[in-house]
Amino acid sequence: MLEYFNFRVILQYLDQYLIGLLATGWMSLVSICLALILGTIACVMRLSKNRLISNTSAVYIESIRSTPLLTQLYFFYFGLPSIGININEVQTGVLALSLNSGAYVAEIIRAGILSIPRGHVEAGIATGLSFIQRLRYIILPQAIGVVLPPLLGSAIVLVKDSSLLSLISVLELTRAGQILTSERFMPAEGFFTTAAFYLVIYSGLKVFSDWTQKKLIYREAH
Amino acid sequence: MLLLYITRLIDVFPLFLKGLWMTIAVSFLSLITATILGFLAGICRSSRNMPLRRAIGVYVNLIRGTPFLVQVFTIFFILPEFGIHLEPFPAAIIAMTIMGSAFICEIVAAGIEAVPKGQREAAISTGLSRNQQIRYVILPQAMRTILPPLVGQYVLLVKDSSIVSVIGVMDLTRVGWLTVQRIPEGMLVFGLVGIMYFAVCYPLIRLATRLEKRMSVEEYSL
Repeated sequence: MLEYFNFRVILQYLDQYLIGLLATGWMSLVSICLALILGTIACVMRLSKNRLISNTSAVYIESIRSTPLLTQLYFFYFGLPSIGININEVQTGVLALSLNSGAYVAEIIRAGILSIPRGHVEAGIATGLSFIQRLRYIILPQAIGVVLPPLLGSAIVLVKDSSLLSLISVLELTRAGQILTSERFMPAEGFFTTAAFYLVIYSGLKVFSDWTQKKLIYREAH
Repeated sequence: MLLLYITRLIDVFPLFLKGLWMTIAVSFLSLITATILGFLAGICRSSRNMPLRRAIGVYVNLIRGTPFLVQVFTIFFILPEFGIHLEPFPAAIIAMTIMGSAFICEIVAAGIEAVPKGQREAAISTGLSRNQQIRYVILPQAMRTILPPLVGQYVLLVKDSSIVSVIGVMDLTRVGWLTVQRIPEGMLVFGLVGIMYFAVCYPLIRLATRLEKRMSVEEYSL
């Protein structure tokens, strides 16, 4: 199979791939940051005692989690112009990605907060720690161990999901593969190269996530 | 104008039901094949055969490290280069099976890992064969850990089935995409698509949550 594999074409299109890699990278990064902010807000709202606020957040989280990202992407891509909001494909993509990931982040953070035994917080109150101090010394150190691994997991998912943006003609890694396929009829070269680039990102994130997990277990043990 | 679109949408509603049916068919068929393959791979992954474990590990990482969209493109566009021509439907089933089995393999392997070592040792010392150990001792206990994430994985399968719409499978998302070309009200069309996905996925998500609670309660009552 390798004898048919045309490496020269890949070199020829390498700049497309690098542009794509860069685009995938920065769009994922921006979406992850936005998702963290959104997720935190949604989580705080979800845990609020006000039913209306809590339910609003629940509707957001559940409707995102029960529908595919592609549908959400099309919803914004075709839907926003029809209500008079005109933003470009990249903005639409980042919006859909962060809204999608935000719901998952909210659930992860909520699980992290709920995993802390009530007694710990009560003990903190009893010893006279302020809210900030309780957050700093009791809640966060324990929650981070629970929250960080799944958060990194959802970051990996987000990077992979960003491939869907190629379907609304954003130039990123998968799009680069599509271009090679449609211009040169070389799907094998095109998509294997795309896959290779994703695997590089994936292994990088995986190594980082394994490393943090080791660190966290170490810290918990000592 | 909106009213006109709504009446036209009602006219094409049977198409949406067909799309829903297709989504369910694709998800359900690949759910069965992926479960069978995933369990086999998961059991092999926790066996003592080193090369086999490595091989499955590589397979799982390759699948988990690349976006599903790229996998779909790879299967649909590259197999014809080797003379294998597939209709969109079987190609979709194959892609979903490959992707789903890799994820289910990890879930099963983790579940088997979670069974205490003493159980296997007890099974060995009572003279059970390897197959009997797995069949009567390991798997029944592992199922408690496996079941909740497995149902979660089924939700992901249903949602990921939206991606096979790009190779022309007439599923819900594809129907929505075709409809939006005629009825330019993206929010309306994809809102409807989203509601239909929601109707399938939300009960499954609730089931996963309930299983998770029930399984963990049982564990404590032991």
